[in-house]
Amino acid sequence: MQIKEEPKTYDVVIVGSGAGGGMAAYMLAKAGAKVCLLEAGGYYDPADPKYITQLKYPWESPRRGAGTTRAFGDFDAAWGGWQIEGEPYTAVAGTEFHWFRSRMLGGRTNHWGRISLRFGPDDFRRGSISGIGDDWPIGYDDLKPYYDRVDKLIGVFGSVENFPNEPDGIFLPPPKPRLHELMIKKAGKNIGIPVFPSRLSILTQKINDERGVCFNCHQCNRGCAVYADFSSSSVLVIPALKTGNLTLVNGAMVREVLTDTQTGLATGVSYVDTLTREEVSVKAKVVVLAASACESARLLLNSKSGRFPQGLANSSGVIGKYLNDSTGASRSGFIPALMDRKRYNEDGVGGMHVYTPWWLDNSKLDFARGYHIEYGGGMNMPGYGFGMGMQGSNGKYPYADGSTKPAGGYGSRLKEDARRFFGAYIGMSGRGEPIPLESNYCEIDPDKVDKYGIPVLRFHYKWSDHEIKQAKHMQDTFEQLIVEMGGIPQGRKPGPENDYGLAKPGQIIHEIGTVRMGKDRNKSALNEWQQAHDVKNLFVVDAAPFVSQGDKNVTWTILASSMRTSEYIIEQVKANKI
Amino acid sequence: MKRRDLLKNIALTSVGVATAATGINASPTQDADLEAGKKKKSKAGPGRTPQEVERDAKLMAETFFTPHEMATITVICDIILPADATSGSASQAGVPAFIEFMAKDMPQQQTPLRGGLMWIDNQAMKRFGKKFVACTAPERIQIVDDIAYPEQAKPAMKQGVSFFNLMRDLTMTGFYTTEMGFQDLGYMGNQPNTWLGVPEDVLKQYGLTGKE
Repeated sequence: MQIKEEPKTYDVVIVGSGAGGGMAAYMLAKAGAKVCLLEAGGYYDPADPKYITQLKYPWESPRRGAGTTRAFGDFDAAWGGWQIEGEPYTAVAGTEFHWFRSRMLGGRTNHWGRISLRFGPDDFRRGSISGIGDDWPIGYDDLKPYYDRVDKLIGVFGSVENFPNEPDGIFLPPPKPRLHELMIKKAGKNIGIPVFPSRLSILTQKINDERGVCFNCHQCNRGCAVYADFSSSSVLVIPALKTGNLTLVNGAMVREVLTDTQTGLATGVSYVDTLTREEVSVKAKVVVLAASACESARLLLNSKSGRFPQGLANSSGVIGKYLNDSTGASRSGFIPALMDRKRYNEDGVGGMHVYTPWWLDNSKLDFARGYHIEYGGGMNMPGYGFGMGMQGSNGKYPYADGSTKPAGGYGSRLKEDARRFFGAYIGMSGRGEPIPLESNYCEIDPDKVDKYGIPVLRFHYKWSDHEIKQAKHMQDTFEQLIVEMGGIPQGRKPGPENDYGLAKPGQIIHEIGTVRMGKDRNKSALNEWQQAHDVKNLFVVDAAPFVSQGDKNVTWTILASSMRTSEYIIEQVKANKI
Repeated sequence: MKRRDLLKNIALTSVGVATAATGINASPTQDADLEAGKKKKSKAGPGRTPQEVERDAKLMAETFFTPHEMATITVICDIILPADATSGSASQAGVPAFIEFMAKDMPQQQTPLRGGLMWIDNQAMKRFGKKFVACTAPERIQIVDDIAYPEQAKPAMKQGVSFFNLMRDLTMTGFYTTEMGFQDLGYMGNQPNTWLGVPEDVLKQYGLTGKE
C-alpha cells in the first residue's frame, strides 16, 4: 500500500479534538505554532443549522427521540456510542468494560453534563491520605492558576462555599433552584447532607462577543447554537481555526506515532483517511495525544518498533494499566406533594441547578473514596418513554377526589394520570471515585483488528469491594433523602445481588488513568508535565495521564492540565529543549 | 477572519461534512438569543448523520403491519386514549402510525405486537365468533377489561395483560410526544426564556421561601 506523505512539517500534531486536544490546539495556535489537529470523526459546529437538534420537538423525530441509533437519543449531540460499527473491542472472559466513543469534532464534550468541578487538594494525594492508591506528581497549587484561567476563558457558574476539598472557582451567577431542588435542599439540611448550587460550564452572563448567553432550554446535551455552553468545537477549535495557524483534518483515524530510529524522538503520526481508506503520514516536531484515555493508550501500544518493543513510551510497562471509570448508582422517587402541580416553564439550564459534594470522612467508613450526588426532576419535555409503566404507579395513589382505581386501566383516567404525575418524580445519581488498580487495564487484543486494520483493545476490568460498598452507601443516602422529602423510593432497593445498582465499568464515561504520570519513570509513562519519560517531544493531554479521578467529573481538570502542558511545550520549544 | 478563510483551514479529507461549515452565528446578547429561538419550527436542518437519514428513510418506506392489524391497533389505541373534554384521541394524534414506525425501528417489538394482535383476535373469535375489530364496543370492552388490570387479571389472561401493557406504553408515549399531548399536559417549556426561580405563589403553596 502506498503511503501518502504530507510534505509540510508542522510544529505540533494533535490527535483528538475533545477537551484536551481542543485546549492544546487553542493554546498552541494562539501562541503562533503551526498546528495540525487530527480528528477521527466528522466536522461539527453546534451553530450550523444542519447539525442543530436544539429546541426540536419530540414529534420532529419519528421515534420521538428514542435511543435506537444514538445511545442518548435522536436529539443528543454525540455521534457514536458504546458500539461503533467496524470498531470493535473485546474483554477478557469474566470481566467487562463498556467503551463510549464519540467520533466527531469536539468528541464527548458535545453531550456531557457540563459539570465543571475542580479537584480539591486531597484529590491529588489519596495515596498518602488513605494508604490505598497513589499520589499525583503535582498538587492543587500547581493546577490552581490554570483552573482560574479556564474559568475565565470558558465560563462556569457556581457559588463560593468554602467547602472542604471542593475549591471555589471564578464563578458566574448560578441559576436559582427549581421546586424539587428546594425540597431536596430542605431535606438535606434536616439530615446533614449539604446541597448547594451546581457548577456547570454554561454562560449565565455574557463573557465575550463570540458566545451567547444561556436561554434556559435545558438541552446542553444537544449542543448549543449560540455557544452558551462549553463544547470543544465552539469554544476552542473554531476560535483556534480563526488564527490561521491551525489545520483541522477530519476523518483521520490515527494508526501509530512515528519515531526516528536513531534519536527515538517522535516524528509525527500516520493515519487512515476514513473516507478514502488511504494511509497518510503527518510530520511534526511535537506530538500531542488527546484521543481519549483508552484510545491514547491503544495508539501508544500499537506504536511498536525495534527501539520500543512494548509500545511507545512504555518502558515502564504501565500503559493501559490503572484504567478506572467513575462509579455510578441511581434511585428515583415519587413525591406525592408534587402531584397536580401548577404549570410553568422550569426547564432551566442543561442540568441540575444544585448538587451535593462529598461530605463525609472516609476514615470513618468502610470504603476509601467519596462520591457526589447529581439530582434530576421537574416538568421536563416529554420524549420517548414518557407515560410508560403507568400500571406500576397509577393504582397506588388516590385521585384528587380521593378515589382510587386498580392499577393499569385505560380511558380518560390515563390522561389524568399523565397530568397528575407530571413533574412529581425526582432522581438522584451518585458519581464516585474508584480505586485505580493495576489489574484493571486495556491491552492490545492479539487476534483482532478494526475495519482500518488497526489492532483493537481488549479490556480487563472488575470493581473492588470499595466501589461496591460505596454504591451501598449511595443507595442508603438516596433512600434517606427521598423519604425525608416525603417521597416514595421507586422500584426495589438495589442490594448485594446486583452490587447495589453499581453501574458497569465504562457506563459512566469518565475513564482515565491508562498513561499515568508520576515521578518514578519505572512506574509511570509521563512526567509531571504529561511529557513522556522515554520520548521528550511526546505529550498526552486527555485524562489518560491522571493518577486518580476524585469524585469530580474530570473535564475541568483535563482543560487545566492541557493548558498547563501546552504552555510548558511553548517554553520548552523557546528554550530549545525540544 | 472571513468564512472562506476559515474553510481554507479545514482540510477537506473528512467524511463529507467538513466542506460546508458555516462561520459563527452566535448572538451576543440574551435578548437576541431569545428572539432567535422564538420561531416555533426551528431553523434546524436534519440534525442527523447521513447514515441515520438513510436508515430512517428505509424504515419509512417499509410496511410492517397489514391493514387488518393497523385497524386493530387503531381501535385499541383509541380505547386506551379516547377523545374527551380535554384532548383528542390517540388516533387523532397519529399514534397508530407511530406504533408502526416503532415496530420497524425496534424489531424486538414485532413479535409481541403481532402476536398480541393475534391473541386478541383469537379471544374475540372464541367469545363472539368474530375478529376484535368486528366486535361491538361492549364486546371489545369485555375483552379489554380482562387484560387491562394486571393485578386483577386471571392467570389465563397474562399474555393478554403483557400485550395490553405494551400497547398502553406505546400509546401513552406516542400521544404525549405530539402537540396534542403537550397541550393536554400543559407543558410550557422548550422555548427561550428567563428563569427567575420558582414563582411566588408556588413557593407559598409548598411552604417554601426560596432560600432553603
